Parts: sequence; structure tokens; C-alpha cells
Amino acid sequence: MGNKIIQVNELKKNFHVGEITVHALKGIDLEIEEGEFVAIMGTSGSGKSTMLNILGCLDKPSDGIYKLDGISMGDMNKNELAGLRNEKLGFVFQSYNLLPRTTALENVEMPLYYNSRVKAKERRERALAALDAVGLADRMHHMPNQMSGGQQQRVAIARSLVNDPRVILADEATGNLDTRTSYEIMSLFQDLNDQGKTIIFVTHESDIARFMKRNVVFKDGRIVKEEWVKDRFNAKQMLTELPVDQDVI
Amino acid sequence: MNYTNTLKIALNALRRNKFRAFLTMLGIIIGVASVIAMLAIGQGSKKSIQDEMSSMGTNMIFIMPGADMRGGVRQSASDMQTLKLSDVEAIKEQCSAVSAVSPQVSSSSQAVVGNNNWPTSVYGVDNDYLEIRKYSIETGRNFSDREVKTYAKVCLVGQTVIENLFPNGENPIGQSIRVGTIPLKIIGVLAEKGENGMGQDQDDMIIAPYTTVQKRMLAITYIQSIFASAASEDVNDQAIEQISETLRRTHKLKADDADDFSVRSQAEMVQMFSSVSDMMTMLLGAIAGISLLVGGIGIMNIMYVSVTERTKEIGLRLSVGGRGNDIMMQFLVESILLSVSGGIIGILLGLGSSTAVSALMNWPTVIVPMSVVFAFLVCTVIGVFFGWYPARKAASLNPIDALRYE
Ligand SMILES: Nc1ncnc2c1ncn2[C@@H]1O[C@H](COP(=O)(O)OP(=O)(O)O)[C@@H](O)[C@H]1O
Ligand SMILES: [Mg+2]
Repeated sequence: MGNKIIQVNELKKNFHVGEITVHALKGIDLEIEEGEFVAIMGTSGSGKSTMLNILGCLDKPSDGIYKLDGISMGDMNKNELAGLRNEKLGFVFQSYNLLPRTTALENVEMPLYYNSRVKAKERRERALAALDAVGLADRMHHMPNQMSGGQQQRVAIARSLVNDPRVILADEATGNLDTRTSYEIMSLFQDLNDQGKTIIFVTHESDIARFMKRNVVFKDGRIVKEEWVKDRFNAKQMLTELPVDQDVI
Repeated sequence: MNYTNTLKIALNALRRNKFRAFLTMLGIIIGVASVIAMLAIGQGSKKSIQDEMSSMGTNMIFIMPGADMRGGVRQSASDMQTLKLSDVEAIKEQCSAVSAVSPQVSSSSQAVVGNNNWPTSVYGVDNDYLEIRKYSIETGRNFSDREVKTYAKVCLVGQTVIENLFPNGENPIGQSIRVGTIPLKIIGVLAEKGENGMGQDQDDMIIAPYTTVQKRMLAITYIQSIFASAASEDVNDQAIEQISETLRRTHKLKADDADDFSVRSQAEMVQMFSSVSDMMTMLLGAIAGISLLVGGIGIMNIMYVSVTERTKEIGLRLSVGGRGNDIMMQFLVESILLSVSGGIIGILLGLGSSTAVSALMNWPTVIVPMSVVFAFLVCTVIGVFFGWYPARKAASLNPIDALRYE
């Protein structure tokens, strides 16, 4: 360990809505090392998504420093940021965001179209491997509307993996799923983390946060608590303990 | 990103919305097809009028009494008496570029054979007339100079008159036909000529020596018009000039007097009709062009709606590393694919329907190769032009705003 993949200093983000300025982030200091599995927690409106979007280079901070893998974001233009997202980052959203009427395989292939170094054959192979990694190789020709929420989210995770990113960013990735499916998704994330992927996972549910190694709690745009998780949940084990027919909500 | 990828993405996006893509193309398809069909029909009718008039002899020249006042008010030509037989003689003798000349007087009369009668026109002419107007004799003979000199009661009859007066197919040669009050002997039957460019039946006529019609039917000494042939098409203008000079001299007109006759050539008429049908073609083309424009606006409308509707997709593409330019190219290529493939289908449909129109309805059509090239270019331009604005809008979206869009 020791390689600091994310370094954030005095990071601020303001939104201007008409006359009013919303201070969504009021000075965040955060460091994340390679291989970490961090939960960003907090109540609704505390600034979690805003933080994740900046970490994911989807949005620019109003002030402060953000370095990803040693590269400072401040002086990058739109296209360079897009290139960075394409090569170093993977996103998983709460609402899956799959392309409708498009097969699982094609959805997973999609990010690689924006990398001109990847040729058609390699694109297909990597998408198949990613689908295999999330256990959906047999569903590759299914459309999103032919799959359950959990399956759709796994396709989305495969899509986030296909470019072999340095960091996976997930925003309420289990927010639309029932308990059992949530645990299945968490089991997938734990496997990925065990293989060395750095994962940052936004959630407001404290029991989901206990699947991660470290919890960072936001409140009103500030970090109010940072702790290493004791008695970390193991998703696979929890799944076996779950009553078979009954979903615990 | 490379072009194959852009093309693949755009094709996939269209494939996901096949029906809508088809509806969008429909406007272009109809527009292009109608442009091509309209121009083909317009050009076809122009060509058939041209052919028709050329078949009447492009070196024909006709001379009418009265000043040439194209478009202005003018007396009925037959009421004017400025043309005399001496004019015909003068043209015959003095105009080297004229190979044949004939006077014409005409009268509308009832023609009667036995119990059958038929209203028709009687043309009193010289025996060169048939050659000038490209009539030919099917059976029988033309009348002779002697018959002209002696006001002979003989005539040549067109097919339509024959059909109506001899319904049982008797041989008309040698039979007598009463025209008005004068009985004429049929000495020849004209070969069928059909309708002329203006839809007149050229077989509904009786031809007799002009002397006979002048003296026995109309009781006049002047002539109503003169028909002439230029020696060849090349000397048309020269012939017209010589005729004008000759007539000014015989009519004793002073240098600043206006002509009291007008000379026109068939070539001029062909040109006039061509320009009329050119105008018609342009009008048809313009109407079809408007429908093409409407088709283009349809594409813009759909692309615009599509950008709004697919904002989330755009956000997703941006979030996985698509650049603004990639997004713009995707939408632009979608729009061009729509309009160009619509154009190709439209061209095929236009060619097909032109062929069908000429086959089924017997309308002449001429495919204008330029219109095909033009339609194709216009479609490409429409694709770029009407795709540009929506594509720019898509490209300018902020990734996070696009993703959050509901
Ligand atoms: N695009 C935006 N425009 C204006 N205000 C925003 C925008 N995005 C977030 N905010 C505000 O910033 C604060 C933090 O929002 P967010 O990061 O989405 O919270 P969380 O994800 O923790 O629920 C909220 O007060 C929210 O209203
Ligand atoms: Mg949020």
C-alpha cells in the first residue's frame, strides 16, 4: 500500500441558484490510498454526490486541490477530463443508466468505443470478460428490460470494469435494490476490492457502509467523522445467513 | 474517436428507433421522389411537344396579316385584308431562301355525304401546301396547277372527316362531298397525322384549291395567311428576313411604317413552347422542393426532440469518456444517415414512379440525371444543416447536468 491515488485539499463547491449560493462542499480534506474501499456516508443533501462527481471528474470544484493518481485536475480541459474518465475511472449509478433496447454486451462495450486504441475484437473480448466477472456471461444478449434490477446493476458494474479503471465510483448503487440483491452486489464489490480495485461507494445506509473498510461521514458539506470499520461485514457469509424466501428490508 | 466507431454508434442508435427513423426519413423520401418525378414529367412533356412540333417541319414559316403585337390587343387576323395573291407571287420569285410557298384561305363549313354530315374546316391552298406542312396522301392524288387555275371542284380529305362521312368504309375516292353549298369531288385521302402539340386534331380537315375556296365559297380576293418553307433549317432566319423585305416592298411601306403583317417560324414556336414548359417544370420542381424542405425540417425536429429525450444517454456517454466532439459527431452522423438514406430511397422511388407514370398513364417522362445528383446533394446538405444545431446542443451539455436531467 501507500500509493495515494486520491488527494483532496480544502476542496469547496458552490452552486448558484438564482440569487442564492449553495455551499455544497465547505472545505474537504481527504486522502485515499490504492486498494482502499471507502464509504462516503451522510444524510441526504450532505454533499456526498457532489463530492463523488468531483472525484469522478464529472464536475469541477469551485476551490481547492484535487489530484488523481498524482495529476492535478485544476488545469485540465474538458477533453482531457473525458480522456481521464475513459481510462482511469468507472461509474456505477443508482438507476443503472443502461442504454435501452441495447443488449447487455453492447452496453458493456460502450465505454471502449471512446478509446481509439481498442480495436473491435479486443472490445468484444474485454466486454465478455467483464460480463463474466459479474456472472452474467449467459445474459449477454438480453436487453435491460429483460433483466431484474440486480442484473441490470451488475451489467452496469461490468461496464464500469471494462476499461480496467484505477478507481470505481458508485453513487447509491444499492439504493434501488432489495436486501438480498444489495448483498449480492456488495459481494461483487468486495471481490473486486479483494482483487485490488480501489472503490469509493456513496451510501446513506449505515449497514451497507459496514461492508467497506473505511467510512467517511459528511454533514453539511464537511467531513464530520472518519473511521476504520471494525467487525466488517462479509457479503457472502451474510447471504448464506439470510432467510431463503424472505427479504429483510 | 475514429470514424468507424462514430458510424457504428450512430447506426446502433438509429436501429434502436427503427420506426421513428423511418418516419423521419419519410419526409425526405417523399420530397426527393416528388422532385425527381415532377422534373421527369415536366421534361418529358417538353420533349414531346418539341418532338411534335419538329415533326411538323422546323423550316416552316407562316405569315399573317396585321402588325405583330405579341401579347397586345390585335384584330382577328382573318378580318384583315393586307395579304394578296401578288405577295405570294413576289415571295416565290424574289426570296432565294424560300423553297416553297402557298396561300391559305379557310372556312368552317358543314360537310355532307348522303345522310351523314360533319362540321369541319376547309383550307384553300396551293398544291405545295402538303409539302410545306408535311402532309402526305394515302390514296388518290394531289390537285394539279390546272385545277387551281380553273377553280376546279376537287378536294383532299382528312381521316377524321372520312370516318364520319363514310362510316361503312366505302372507298371515298371519286365520291362527291357537299361543302356548304358546293359539291366537291374527292380526289385524294390524307394520311393520318394525329393531334398536334396543342391537342388539335390535324385530320379533321378538307383541302381544296385556294381559288375554289376564294371564289366559290368565300367570295373574296385577298388571302388570309401564307405558308412557306425555308430551303433548309439553317437559312430560316435569312428566309424570314427576305420575306419581310419583300412584303414591305410590295405593300409599299415607308422606312418608318410598321409592318402590316407578321412572319413567324416553326422554330420560334418550338422555342416558345419549350420555354412555357420549362416554366411549368420549374413550378413543379419548386413545389416538390418545398416538400423536400419540409422533410428537412422534420429531420431537425426529430433530432432536436431526440437530443432532449436522450439527455441521459448523452450524460452517460460523457461520463464514460465520450468527448463533446464525439457526441456531436454521433448526432450529426445520425442526421446525415437519415437524410442520405431517405434521399437514396427517394431517388429510387422517384425513378420508379416516373417509369410507372409513363408506362401506365402514357405520359412521356424524361429522367433528368442532374436532378438525381442534385437531390442527393440537397439531402446531404439537409442532413448536415438540420443536424448541426441539435448536435451542437448535445455536445455542449455538461456531463453532470446531462446525467441528472429528468
Ligand atoms: N446542480 C446543483 N444545483 C444547485 N444545487 C445543487 C446542485 N447539486 C447539488 N446541489 C445542492 O448541494 C447540496 C448537496 O447535494 P448532494 O451532493 O446531491 O447531496 P447528497 O448526495 O449527499 O444527497 C444540496 O443542498 C443540493 O441541493
Ligand atoms: Mg446523492
